[in-house]
Amino acid sequence: MKTDRGIGAGNGGANALAPALRATFPVLLGYTTLGLAFGLVLVDSGLPWWLSPLMAAFVFAGAAQFMGVGLLASGAGVGEIALMTLLLNARHLVYGLSMLERFAGAGRLKPYLIFGLTDETYGILSTEEPPEGVDPVRFRILVTALDQAYWFAGCTVGALAGTALPVEAEGLDFALTALFVVLLVEQILARRPREVFLVGAAASLLALILAPPRNFLLAAMGLGIAGLLATRLPRPRRNGSEPPT
Amino acid sequence: MTRLLATVAVMTALTFLTRAAPFVLFARREPPTLVAWLQSRLPPLVMCVLVADALKLVRFEAPASWLPTIAGAAAAAALHLVKRNALLSIVGATALHMALRAWLGA
Repeated sequence: MKTDRGIGAGNGGANALAPALRATFPVLLGYTTLGLAFGLVLVDSGLPWWLSPLMAAFVFAGAAQFMGVGLLASGAGVGEIALMTLLLNARHLVYGLSMLERFAGAGRLKPYLIFGLTDETYGILSTEEPPEGVDPVRFRILVTALDQAYWFAGCTVGALAGTALPVEAEGLDFALTALFVVLLVEQILARRPREVFLVGAAASLLALILAPPRNFLLAAMGLGIAGLLATRLPRPRRNGSEPPT
Repeated sequence: MTRLLATVAVMTALTFLTRAAPFVLFARREPPTLVAWLQSRLPPLVMCVLVADALKLVRFEAPASWLPTIAGAAAAAALHLVKRNALLSIVGATALHMALRAWLGA
């Protein structure tokens, strides 16, 4: 273990690269693979290839990008896509709350750290502390920038490959479903309050029955939030278990 | 073209906004109790709904109309419970889904 404390923050960049590369190695595998799938799905949906690197550079949100492409391909309007982006990104609010202190000293670079706070970057930054002697701000910036570089490379290569030789991408967009299942399992393993999952399942089922498929997400989220708030109410009467309507 | 660029602009702005909101709103004061209460409950709720959304078009008719999706989702959950490796779960489940689709001619 190196502890070059004599070297100040001025040289911290060189020190920070090796630990940042090590910390982001799993993301290198994940982002290039998923990015490749994203590029292929995007081109397969009939969208122009350049949309893929453009999204990787500016949006930088895997689940939202997949969903955006699906909605674009189905002819959805910008307003609908905006709403879905907000709903899908609601989980980011939680990430920010637990990063307030870690990002406090970042100064001018803080907006980039916030911009790049994806699920995976959050996963690294919330668990891995930079080694001793490494400037923590540089370490966090490098982790974020490396993650985005991997994602950008995957998205670009995937879209170009899909354009050059039309790959049979039928079913590849299932990667998004699998991603949501994985995120749900993570939430279950994180021991969130159990009633939330019951409310989520009940709201989904109800929305499936009551709402047309087009409006499913909006209906289910509305019912779900109403149901959550209902669990927070004190229960004055005996029949306090009404369905979340 | 305009629609695509507008979509990218809107998604960029809203994604940054949701990522930045806690830093702007709660940098100097404690989050209100309702926000703190919601922060542990909103993500699991959203994930329940998104999984249901991904599965909502499944129809229990010919195997090709449900087996690839249900088996793929079950594989993703099972792989993740056992190995807890997101990449492995996603790639494995997607490969199974695509193989079943090709096999059943969906």
